[in-house]
Amino acid sequence: MSAPAKVVGVDVGGTFTDLFLYDEAARSFRTAKVPSNRGDEAVGFLNGLRQFGAVAELASVVHGTTVGTNALLERKGAKVGLITTAGFRDVLEMRRRDRLRTWGLWGDFVPVVDRNFRLEVPERTLADGTLRQPVDLDAVRDAARRLRDMGAQALAIIFINAYANPANERAALAAAEEVWESDAIACSSAILPEIREFERTSTTALNAYLQPVVGSYLGKLDAALKGDGFAGRFHIVQSNGGVMSTESARKLPVRTALSGPAAGVIAAAAIARAAGYPDVVTGDLGGTSFDVSLVVGGETALAAQTTIDFGLVIRTPMIEITTIGAGGGSIARVDVGGLLQVGPESAGSRPGPVCYAGGNTRPTLTDANVVLGRINAERPIGGGLKRLDVEAAKAAILEHVGAPLGLDAMAAAEAILRVANGHMAKAIRLVSIERGHDPARFAAVPFGGGGALHAGALIREVGLKAALVPRFPGINSALGCVIADIRHDQVRTVNLSLEGIDASSLDALMVTEAEAVRQVVAEAGLPVERIDTLFELDMHYAGQTHTVSVPLPLEVAGGTAGVSEAVIRTAFEAAYQASFSRLLHGVPARIVNLRTAAVGRRPHFDLASLAPEPDATVEGARRGTRPVWFGGAWHETAILSRLDLPAGAVIPGPAILEQPDATTVVDPGLTARVDRLGNVIVEAAA
Amino acid sequence: MTPDPVTLAILKGRLEGIADEMDATLFRSAFNPIIAEAKDACHGLYHATTGETLVQGTSGLPIFVGAMAFAVKVVIDKVARDGDLRSGDTFLFNDPYEGGTHLNDFRLVRPIFRRGQLFCWIASVGHWLDVGGNVPGGYNPKATESFQEGFRLPPVRLMRDGVLNSDIVDILAANSRVPASNWGDLNGQINALDLGERRLNALVDEHGEELVQGAFAAFSARAEALMRAAIAGLPDGTYTFEDVLDNDGITDEVLTIALDLTIAGEEMVLDFSRSSPPAQGPVSISRATTIAGCYVALKHVFTEVPANAGCLRPIRFVVPDTTLLGAGAPHPVAGYTETVLRLIGVIFGTLAKADPARATAAPFGTINALSIAGHRADGSRFVMFSFFGGGLGGNPESDGLNHANNPISTATIPPVEILEAAYPVMFTQWALRPDSAGAGTHRGGLGAVYEVEALVPASVSLLGERGKVAPFGVGGGGAAAPNRFTYDTPEGPRNPPMVSKVTDVRLAAGQRVRLETPGGGGWGDPASRDPAATARDIKLGYVSAVK
Repeated sequence: MSAPAKVVGVDVGGTFTDLFLYDEAARSFRTAKVPSNRGDEAVGFLNGLRQFGAVAELASVVHGTTVGTNALLERKGAKVGLITTAGFRDVLEMRRRDRLRTWGLWGDFVPVVDRNFRLEVPERTLADGTLRQPVDLDAVRDAARRLRDMGAQALAIIFINAYANPANERAALAAAEEVWESDAIACSSAILPEIREFERTSTTALNAYLQPVVGSYLGKLDAALKGDGFAGRFHIVQSNGGVMSTESARKLPVRTALSGPAAGVIAAAAIARAAGYPDVVTGDLGGTSFDVSLVVGGETALAAQTTIDFGLVIRTPMIEITTIGAGGGSIARVDVGGLLQVGPESAGSRPGPVCYAGGNTRPTLTDANVVLGRINAERPIGGGLKRLDVEAAKAAILEHVGAPLGLDAMAAAEAILRVANGHMAKAIRLVSIERGHDPARFAAVPFGGGGALHAGALIREVGLKAALVPRFPGINSALGCVIADIRHDQVRTVNLSLEGIDASSLDALMVTEAEAVRQVVAEAGLPVERIDTLFELDMHYAGQTHTVSVPLPLEVAGGTAGVSEAVIRTAFEAAYQASFSRLLHGVPARIVNLRTAAVGRRPHFDLASLAPEPDATVEGARRGTRPVWFGGAWHETAILSRLDLPAGAVIPGPAILEQPDATTVVDPGLTARVDRLGNVIVEAAA
Repeated sequence: MTPDPVTLAILKGRLEGIADEMDATLFRSAFNPIIAEAKDACHGLYHATTGETLVQGTSGLPIFVGAMAFAVKVVIDKVARDGDLRSGDTFLFNDPYEGGTHLNDFRLVRPIFRRGQLFCWIASVGHWLDVGGNVPGGYNPKATESFQEGFRLPPVRLMRDGVLNSDIVDILAANSRVPASNWGDLNGQINALDLGERRLNALVDEHGEELVQGAFAAFSARAEALMRAAIAGLPDGTYTFEDVLDNDGITDEVLTIALDLTIAGEEMVLDFSRSSPPAQGPVSISRATTIAGCYVALKHVFTEVPANAGCLRPIRFVVPDTTLLGAGAPHPVAGYTETVLRLIGVIFGTLAKADPARATAAPFGTINALSIAGHRADGSRFVMFSFFGGGLGGNPESDGLNHANNPISTATIPPVEILEAAYPVMFTQWALRPDSAGAGTHRGGLGAVYEVEALVPASVSLLGERGKVAPFGVGGGGAAAPNRFTYDTPEGPRNPPMVSKVTDVRLAAGQRVRLETPGGGGWGDPASRDPAATARDIKLGYVSAVK
């Protein structure tokens, strides 16, 4: 293990780049927030790092990025060529025969690979792995040449049933590489050797689509870091909340799609666990959206896939994040039926809320918070603006919401707040209940610039037991970059009956998979305390199409994982019972996929380093009072500097806790207390 | 007591959330994939005395959203007859003539009492895998009476004082090929109702009975106002349109669905009197299904109108029981999807005449239920059963969506690889079907070509439609290509005599069937299409170059 060193987490968002430096030797930290430089993120990135002194002295930089997500949303990926089995070139475009929305039949879909860039070659593998027809390698070379000449920048090779036997696909890849000059080339069995051709095709095609974009982005950052004399390790956070090397990120850019948001959830989960709240719902309130994620028993929940926009499916394990269109920039309006609506339309960060005076005249949730006195108009978050225009916000609320509903401006602002709170509460209720959990056992962990403004409402409306506001809610994702473990996931479709299973051949496969994933983690080059291997099976009863995740309590030792039919059956029945409450005795069980993950545990990050100074006092944190509107009336409300509060402080509501990157509102009837790690816990007054 | 507008907006979110949570509970705990994966289920809150829909979730199956009010009304009528309704009762039934759709759809209906008074009903519907009948899965294309499609259960009291009546559970078990699956789904639906009841009671405890009832009334009034405004936006007059089904699978004669739609101010009459009489084969539908289908069509057109019964108040339906749209027992109804899809197209076609600016051309209009059955090499029996996709209609906003699901459903198609892993078949083509869309300023979406080779001897059945008259265009847009089914015989490829309906086609190993599905109709004059879009269609092979 290497010597203690300086590690920096960098989260590049649309408006700000957040940084968190942890000095392992001194057990001290620093934070920074600088404007992002859209289009040339390397500038903001380096400016941020330089806030901490010489970049050359940093041992390691871990980055959470949205460059992949943005390229997908804005359709700014590479020109991709696709070679596939004869008869199947339209799989990507046919999707799973879905449509854009439940009600309404308008709108269409443009795949990321145009139809004339999708070519077919003679070949066929059957579902049991039998090679029915060997691949025509001349046809493959010819197709690759044609696509290259048409201007394709990345090449994806995807054959039907390649998950069962990749031989044809591998042969085709080798042949295509003879004529393909760049390293932006891959076959589906290398990206996702899992059954379901649409999901595999989409994931492989999107990987190719992102490869040149993410590669060039990382190249620019690498060059900028080197230019400043940086000689340490540079890593990327994946959607699964684990860290990977930039070499892996260039090969598997599709795994970075939720990089930044995943880092935020990782930090929130770690903070909550350390604070004694293993069961939480994290809520990141940004400009346009509210991202909710469930943490149970201290563990983040992984989803098998996600869909970006419509029809862009990425199947790779990722932290399960549910997004609703309710953010600070969400626009409030009264619809034709006379009902108040907030979002999903958003003014974003540009032009932004009315109070930013950036040209938008329609009121937003942030405008409501400003008018109600909850946000300090004189000290806007982030430092980009001098002050917020309260009067303009008030006028817009009166015009667009108050007048149509017959309310004055204050009542209308409160109405906007209540409706937005209702949206957030509904999202939290649904993610917890869909998983079968009782919200009353959970605490909310609000982060992002705006989450803590709504802590009280989430407690009341959802029936959560408390809200835990991290010490630095505005730079949570950057902190997550520093905390996150190294992780590599791999899946393999096996399609086996449990009854009479050949356990020794499954065991051998598990050992091989474990070695492969451990090697990726070991090669990432960051110090780790140990590497854990996790095995999970996707299983179901014969006849079902959906599967349950079955974690196996096994580890590789002495060249065996020790798997047996009995071990699998016990684990399956426990997992099935937990999900569906009753077992179906007499129905045979099947194993669809083997999932293997290696997790390199990073040296323990001491959250106590974030704790308040021992000499802090409540009196020293007081910043006077101001009127704030709660429940239909102004209340003279205590204002406190959140970072100056001591551990153990108890602040009865109404109160507002301010800090440079966030505002915490403690509603009347609630109490805030500061725990030993500097978190603020908001709960019902005793 | 009418809530203020803000409380109303919050209650709307909370109540829809309850229905969504009921959906989520069933999806999570159901056994059969038609509920768990295809989400063939629906939950909601219904009016105490009329059964009208008060609140729907956002994830329910569209056709059920329209039909549930009828299901609840059936129970209300039974209770009015028999009396003795109590808190803790739950009713169960699958009668398609009263509650709509077909025998596989089981409805659970439960009263919610507050302070000793009936406050409202909550209900759950889900598609069970098998309910007896001649054919596994309940779909029998040769049925001439519903007795050949499965067993029919009128509304019975499944629970009293919250206790399950095990006699009924035993009857259910004895009448299905997969009793364990149905038992799992039944439990899932009970879980959903239990959760809905708990959540609703907590909400009413918080806000009070009067306020929540006031909100129900306000939702309906709002939906009614929005629908009236939408109708008032259409020019007064009577508009007519008709379309046909290929045949009923028994006799090869077309069946007409005809609509005379009259708009007068804020009100609308949908008169289906000129439609064909009930069919001998399984394509007739009950009045409840017809109205549910109308609701689905109108909701796809007027997307901003909320999903509750208020939106039906300004609409009068004329559905004589002498037509195939008002059929009663024991007319077979398993093919109801085909008739509902044609009905929805007819409504689009009629509204296109009233309001060309918001017209949507016909979607592909058939589910193409294809089954391939036989025995694997090891002697075990298999039945592959799936529905297939097609194109949606061109519209003012865009070309139609390629390869979509039907407007009555949100189900996804199983992947080729899942089908090939489960059954001894090999797909030789799974592709968009060029030239299958109607031309237009905005063309239709493309249908698909699915070609399957049997790897062992197999028997094939298909229930499809749109083989004779293709999906129509609107506003000068062209028609799509019709459905086409072809199968290999020793004498060469053949098409079925009933066009898209056939049972027991025998394939030898190595022989194939080929299904080519319709695209959607076109919107607007093709001559007005953006030349760049036309060039792109040709370059990408959606449309063949002019020969």
